[in-house]
Amino acid sequence: MNFKLKIWRQADPKSKGKFATYEARNISPDTSFLEMLDMVNDELTERGEAPIAFDSDCREGICGTCALTINGQAHGPKHPAAVCQLYMRSFDDGKTITVEPFRAKPFPLVRDLVIDRSALDRIVQAGGFIAARAGSAPEANSIPVPKHNADLAMEAAACIGCGACAAACPNASAMLFTAAKVSHLAFLPQGAPERTSRVTKMVRQMDAEGFGNCTNTYECEAVCPAEISASFIAKLNREYARAILQRSVGE
Amino acid sequence: MIGKLDGKIPPGPLEQKWRNHKNNSRLVSPNNRRKFEIIVVGSGLAGGSAAATLGELGYRVKCFCYQDSPRRAHSVAAQGGINAAKNYQNDGDSVFRLFYDTIKGGDFRSREANVYRLAEVSNLIIDQCTEQGVPFAREYGGLLANRSFGGAQVSRTFYARGQTGQQLLLGAYQALCRQIALGTVKMFPQTEMLDLVLVDGHAKGIITRNLCTGEINAFAGDAVVLATGGYGNVFFLSTNARGCNVTATYRAYKRGALFGNPCFTQIHPTCIPVTGQHQSKLTLMSESLRNDGRVWVPKRAEDCSKPPNDIPDADRDYYLERKYPSFGNLAPRDIASRAAKEVCDEGRGVGPSGRGVYLDFADAISRLGEDTIRERYGNLFDIYQKISAEDAYKTPMRIYPAVHYTMGGLWVDYNLMSNIPGLHVIGEANFSDHGANRLGASALMQGLADGYFVLPYTLPNYLAGQIGKRPSTDHAEFKRVESEVRERVRKLLEVNGDRTLTLFHRELGLLLWDKCGMTRNAAGLREALGKIPELRDEFWKKVRVPGEGESYNQSLERAGRIADFLEFAELLCIDALERDESCGGHFREEHQTPDGEAQRDDENFAAVFAWEFQGNGKVERPKLHREPLHFEAVHLSQRSYK
Repeated sequence: MNFKLKIWRQADPKSKGKFATYEARNISPDTSFLEMLDMVNDELTERGEAPIAFDSDCREGICGTCALTINGQAHGPKHPAAVCQLYMRSFDDGKTITVEPFRAKPFPLVRDLVIDRSALDRIVQAGGFIAARAGSAPEANSIPVPKHNADLAMEAAACIGCGACAAACPNASAMLFTAAKVSHLAFLPQGAPERTSRVTKMVRQMDAEGFGNCTNTYECEAVCPAEISASFIAKLNREYARAILQRSVGE
Repeated sequence: MIGKLDGKIPPGPLEQKWRNHKNNSRLVSPNNRRKFEIIVVGSGLAGGSAAATLGELGYRVKCFCYQDSPRRAHSVAAQGGINAAKNYQNDGDSVFRLFYDTIKGGDFRSREANVYRLAEVSNLIIDQCTEQGVPFAREYGGLLANRSFGGAQVSRTFYARGQTGQQLLLGAYQALCRQIALGTVKMFPQTEMLDLVLVDGHAKGIITRNLCTGEINAFAGDAVVLATGGYGNVFFLSTNARGCNVTATYRAYKRGALFGNPCFTQIHPTCIPVTGQHQSKLTLMSESLRNDGRVWVPKRAEDCSKPPNDIPDADRDYYLERKYPSFGNLAPRDIASRAAKEVCDEGRGVGPSGRGVYLDFADAISRLGEDTIRERYGNLFDIYQKISAEDAYKTPMRIYPAVHYTMGGLWVDYNLMSNIPGLHVIGEANFSDHGANRLGASALMQGLADGYFVLPYTLPNYLAGQIGKRPSTDHAEFKRVESEVRERVRKLLEVNGDRTLTLFHRELGLLLWDKCGMTRNAAGLREALGKIPELRDEFWKKVRVPGEGESYNQSLERAGRIADFLEFAELLCIDALERDESCGGHFREEHQTPDGEAQRDDENFAAVFAWEFQGNGKVERPKLHREPLHFEAVHLSQRSYK
C-alpha cells in the first residue's frame, strides 16, 4: 500500500509549526500506523532529514503514551483503540492521511507530534489516591466489596491516561479523565474517608490547569481507547455536588 | 578487588530468616530519615512502590523515569495476575508451596532464602494493594477471586481483568503521586540515567540526560536504587515496550557492579507471531488463555495450509497434552515455548511464516459458552483481533514464543544491595528470585515485594552508617563521569554514517534470537561472540544519529541504548557459553534428557554466575565469580511436568 502523509512539524514549543508532506511506500497492510511512521523516519534519516518526533512505548494500547490525531480524530478512525493498535489495513490504499499532535491548551507541544501531558499527573497528585501507607493495610478479605461495585470501579480504573478525551473535546475538558479516577475510588469502601476532599481537590486542579468544562458533547467517550463511559462524568458531577453540599452545611 | 561473593543470607531455619533479619536490621530514626536523599531510577512496580514507600517513611526521594509519566512504566502491560499464598480457595496453598513452586519453576537456580521471603511477603502485597483501591476481581459475595495460572496446581493468582499490571502500577503510581504532592518525592519524568557515580567505592549519584531539553545533569544521593527493568529488547523483537533498555544496569556493571546470570532470559510461549520486517515489537497474549485454550498443530505438514477448522480432531496433534499429560496446556513457559519451536522446526508450524501454533478455544466455548469465554478473556480476544484481524471466537488463535522477561540482572545480596555499597537493585533489574525461569504471575509479586516490603527494611542496613556522607555534585568524580557521558553523546552524534539504528538493532536481535534464543549450543554461541564485536565496530563507524544533543532527540536516545545492547549482548552469550548445562529457559542442546528435556548439572552449575567487567573502557572478557547455591529445604529434582 502507498500513502501520502501530511504531518505536523514543529521544532520546539517556540517556533512556528506547519504541515509537511511525505510519502509512505510499499507498506504491508499488517503494518501498524506507528511502524509505518518508523519506516518513514528511517527513510528520512537515510536522506539526512530530521525524523518525525512522536511518542509511543508499550505499543499494545495500555501505557497511554501514544497520542496522535489522525484525520481529525484522536487515535484515528478505529475505535476503541489507541493509535499504536491502528493497522494500515484500516486505510484505503493511496489515501492522504493527516497526522497532528493532541491539541489542548493544557498540553503544550514539545516537538512535532510530542506533547507534555504532565497536567494529568498533577490532577492525580491533587487527590487521586487512597492514603494507604505500606504496612498498615488490613487483611484484604476483611472488607468485602460487592462484585457490582468492584466491576464498576474496574471499568473506571481502566483509563490509560492518554488525554484523548481532552484532545477530542471542543472545550478541551479533562472531565472524563478526572471522572474516571474519582469514580474508581468512590465505588470502593477503601476510598470513602477521602471521598469529599478528593473530588474537590481534583476538580480544582483540573480547572487550574486550564481544562475546559463539559458541555455533554461526548466526543471524549467516542475516542476513548479504554471505553470509559461518559456516565462517569455524571458520577463526577454527583460526587462534586455531594462534596460541596457537605461543605456548605459544615460537615 | 572483589573477594568471595557473600549473599548475606541470614542464619537460622528458612521460615525464620526474614523475621530474624528484620529484627537484627539497623534502623534510621524518623528525624534522621529526612537527612537522607535516595535516588530511585525507574517508576514501575518496583521503583514506584519503593519511591512511594521510602517517601512515606520520611526519606527525601528523587525518582527518575524515561517515560513522560511514572504511570507508563512497562509494568503497566502485565496482563495475567499476581500470586500470593493467601489460600483463600482452601485448596491447600501455603507460603511453603508458593516458595517451592517458584524455586522449582526456576529450575533450582535461585536462592532459597530470597524466594522464601518473596512467598512470605506475597500476602502483604494483596492487603496493601486492596487497601489502595486496586480493583481486583471479586466473587458475588464480595470476597476476592482467584484463578489458577501458569501451571500452578492451586488457585493463588489475583487479577484485575486482563489488566493486573496496569491496576497494580496505578496503585503504586497513586501512592507515589501522594508523596509527590506532600513533597517527600521529587519526580523527574523524561529523564534517563546515563551513568552511575561512585565516590570512595560507594554509589553516590547518577548522571542523567533530560530527554526534552538534552541537558546533562548530575544528582547526588546517599544511596542509589535501580529499578530499571529487564533487557529483553536486546533481542530487538520482544514483548517489552520500545523504550525498555539495559543502559542503567549495564552502566552500573561497567562501574563495577556484578551482572548475575545474564543468559537467563524468558521466552513466553503465547505471543502473536511475527508478520514481517516492519514489525517493531511483539504482543503477548496472557498465559491465562492456556487455562481454556488447547494448543495444537496439524499432525501432517501438508495440512498446515488448510483452514484450521477443516482439520478433523484425529489429524491434530495436541502436543502439550500428548507430551505432558498431567500439566497439559499449562506446562511452564520454557517447556511450552521449546515444544512450539520443536513442532515448527518439524515443518508443522502454521500461518504465513510457518512459525506459529494454534491456541484453540472451540472446546471451551462449547463447554462453557461464548459469553463465559468473553467474560474471562474478552480484552485479549479484542487485542488479538486488532492485530491479526481474525476472530478467535470463530477460528483458533495463532501464537508463537517471544522474548518476554529477563531473570538475569545485577547481582544483589539478601539486602538487595549489589557488590557496590549503596547501589541497590530491585524488580526485574536484579537477578534474584526467579532462577532460570520465572513462573507466571510472579513478576508483579517480586516487583512489589521488593518495593513495598523488602527494600524499606533492608536499606537502613546501609544508610545507618552513612549520615552526612553524601558528596556534593561538585566532587571531582561527578565532574569526571559527567564529562565521560558528554563525550559519549558527542561521539554518537559524530559518527554520521549511512546506516540507520533500526538496521543495527535488528541485525543484533536476529543474531541473538538465532544463536542465544530458545535453544543454544556452543558452536552457535561462539559464532555469535565472533559477530557481535564486528557489528559493534560497524555501528561506531557507520551509524547515523541525526539531530543535536541539546534538544528533544529520539534517535539519540535510541542510539545510546542500542550501543549498550551491542556490548551487553556479548556478556549474554559469554554467560550462555560458560553455563555448560541446561536449566529452565537456558537450553543448551548438548545437555538434554533422552526425551528432550533440560538436563541440569547440579554438581558443577548449582551456582549464580556473577560477571565482573574487565578492561579499561574496552570490552574484554569479563571475570566470573560464582556464588554457590545451597539447598536445605528443597530436594533438587528433575523438573517433571509429565
